[in-house]
Amino acid sequence: MPLHPNAKPKLAVWKFASCDGCQLSLLDCEDDLLAITDAIQIAYFPEATRAVIKGPYEISLVEGSITTPHDAERIHKIRRVSKVLITIGACATSGGIQALKNFKDVNKFIDIVYANPQYIDSLQNSTGIADHVKVDFELRGCPINKNALVEVCNAYLNRRKPNIPTYSVCMECKRRGNICVMVRNGTTCLGPVTQAGCDAICPAYNRGCYSCFGPSEDANAKAFSIHLEETGISRENLIRLYRGFNANAEEFKNESIFYEQK
Amino acid sequence: MKIEKNKKYLLSKENISSLVQILQKQKFKTIAPVVKDETILYDEIQSIDELPIGMTDVHKAGSYSLKKRKDKALFGYNVGPQSCKKFLFPPKLTLLQTKKIDGKVTVIKSSDPVEKLALIGIKPCELSAILVQDKIFIEGDYVDSYYKQQRDNLFIVTTNCTETAYSCFCDSMKTGPEATKGFDLAVTELIDGKNHRFVIKTGSAAGVKVLSNIEGIALAPDDALALEEAKISSAKNKMGRSISTENLKELLLDNLNHPYWAEIQERCVSCGNCTMVCPTCFCSDILDETSLSGEDSKRTRLWDSCFSKDYSYIHGGVVRASIKSRYRQWLTHKFASWVDQFDTFGCVGCGRCIVWCPVGIDVTEEINAIEQDVEKMKPVEVEA
Ligand code: SF4
Ligand code: SF4
Ligand code: SF4
Ligand code: SF4
Repeated sequence: MPLHPNAKPKLAVWKFASCDGCQLSLLDCEDDLLAITDAIQIAYFPEATRAVIKGPYEISLVEGSITTPHDAERIHKIRRVSKVLITIGACATSGGIQALKNFKDVNKFIDIVYANPQYIDSLQNSTGIADHVKVDFELRGCPINKNALVEVCNAYLNRRKPNIPTYSVCMECKRRGNICVMVRNGTTCLGPVTQAGCDAICPAYNRGCYSCFGPSEDANAKAFSIHLEETGISRENLIRLYRGFNANAEEFKNESIFYEQK
Repeated sequence: MKIEKNKKYLLSKENISSLVQILQKQKFKTIAPVVKDETILYDEIQSIDELPIGMTDVHKAGSYSLKKRKDKALFGYNVGPQSCKKFLFPPKLTLLQTKKIDGKVTVIKSSDPVEKLALIGIKPCELSAILVQDKIFIEGDYVDSYYKQQRDNLFIVTTNCTETAYSCFCDSMKTGPEATKGFDLAVTELIDGKNHRFVIKTGSAAGVKVLSNIEGIALAPDDALALEEAKISSAKNKMGRSISTENLKELLLDNLNHPYWAEIQERCVSCGNCTMVCPTCFCSDILDETSLSGEDSKRTRLWDSCFSKDYSYIHGGVVRASIKSRYRQWLTHKFASWVDQFDTFGCVGCGRCIVWCPVGIDVTEEINAIEQDVEKMKPVEVEA
């Protein structure tokens, strides 16, 4: 039963500092795309169409992190025209891989990379959307899983809680029947402190988890680091471990800084 | 020779091979340990050549590897990463699938089908875990229909342990190293120099029937029985771990506020692996999914764990919000409240939670630590 019988809810897709991979997952929904457009009006989505339908919007999907003063302003405007704001992907959730710059002096990078650094106006830190405005739901992943995106839209349309788990990757890993790479091969795997959502794809191919989905609920990264240290992992490798797609996520940031200062 | 129940017979390796074939003729899918994914785990076998011949598994807390044996034992392994739980209580089970046809919600699929399964070479702790889960899924007021159907289609050949691993403590839990009940057939493998024999005990009418199909077998001779006894008792004396189960329930329930629980929080990452690998853990979640159009829906049952926060979420919040309270739930459930619930411990001493904990937390060490600490704190009685 459509909950909005007269008007389809308007959806907008916004981009900040990101690679576009997450918003492409929406176009990648293939079979579901028609069902989505049946239920939702895609009102603003420059990646897909130049046609713009004016806001306000029922749902805003926000991709990317805040890295410039201009974007730090823009996100507030978006919040004002959005009823529900959902961040998609690691960049929008925690600052993304570009948050690696947070741990160094950004001006030094700018000087090296750009011929005319005076035109660059970049913030010292790359931060997630929730550091700037209220976020209603965070969809994790680098990139997000398209089925999860459909699930979130579905849950919104049907006024129910999305079936998005917040427990560890290990749970999915075991249900899938993978053999633990930490225990069997001594391969470092961030699965125990990472939120599920990818169906433990890396361990299924004998690799450790890189934490594309960021810290799990109550992620006890401190305990995890202590264990890894005991198994002989170097300080440098521990820092590198936590400085990935979710380097700026609180639990991981604390660990990498702790080991950097140690 | 007429085969009888509860008697022991002597078998050769060839006889074991015929046993597998007989089960296949009776339309059983024969499941046994095989070397796969660098571990020893359960899979379908066509012949005994696929067993982990001459291989064994070496454990530590948080570590598992394979090693070559000095002999060509068929059943010389210990405990693999996955238990038989996956056959009776699958990690993901479709319960229902519906579709709207002409405006009517129509069931297009109910629960996944069961199969005739022969579990060959499962260890006594594994068998005991099935008996524990029987109490949960079929012996109570509410019968789990999938479990029941699959259970009714099971043939069990257990293998008694003549060796043990670092993580084994079945002797403490009284679940091994020798199987005493619940099997159709129980095998003890005896390797004595070049002499490779098997003592097999019949435990059910079905077991008798299967064994009756093997030609030329005789009762096990005294020397084989003596060797069997010696080997099993040597395994009993070589348990890798041990705990005292006497007053264990009281010890744990009397110490729910012991500082120890806070200390464990500094090590446990609440990943849930221990509950996933445990052959007796039975918690599940029901997941309902609908298509965007609302035409199709699916209901799935998934393994859940008391280590997830959602598990104890009720109106207003999460009951077990800290890792400390979740670890305490798991440990006290297995070793204390399970007893009130099902009249048995929820642990069979298989050691999987120790081996497959990514940070190597050892439940036996934890229990022993609480016990020693409580012992230390006890007021000393001084004679007046
Ligand atoms: S492989 Fe990684 S995700 Fe899987 S159980 Fe082991 S630690 Fe967890
Ligand atoms: S609690 Fe641990 S040792 Fe006991 S049955 Fe479960 S996995 Fe095995
Ligand atoms: S220990 Fe936890 S997961 Fe296992 S049966 Fe008990 S409550 Fe369920
Ligand atoms: S005891 Fe080990 S396996 Fe269990 S939740 Fe804690 S860290 Fe994970």
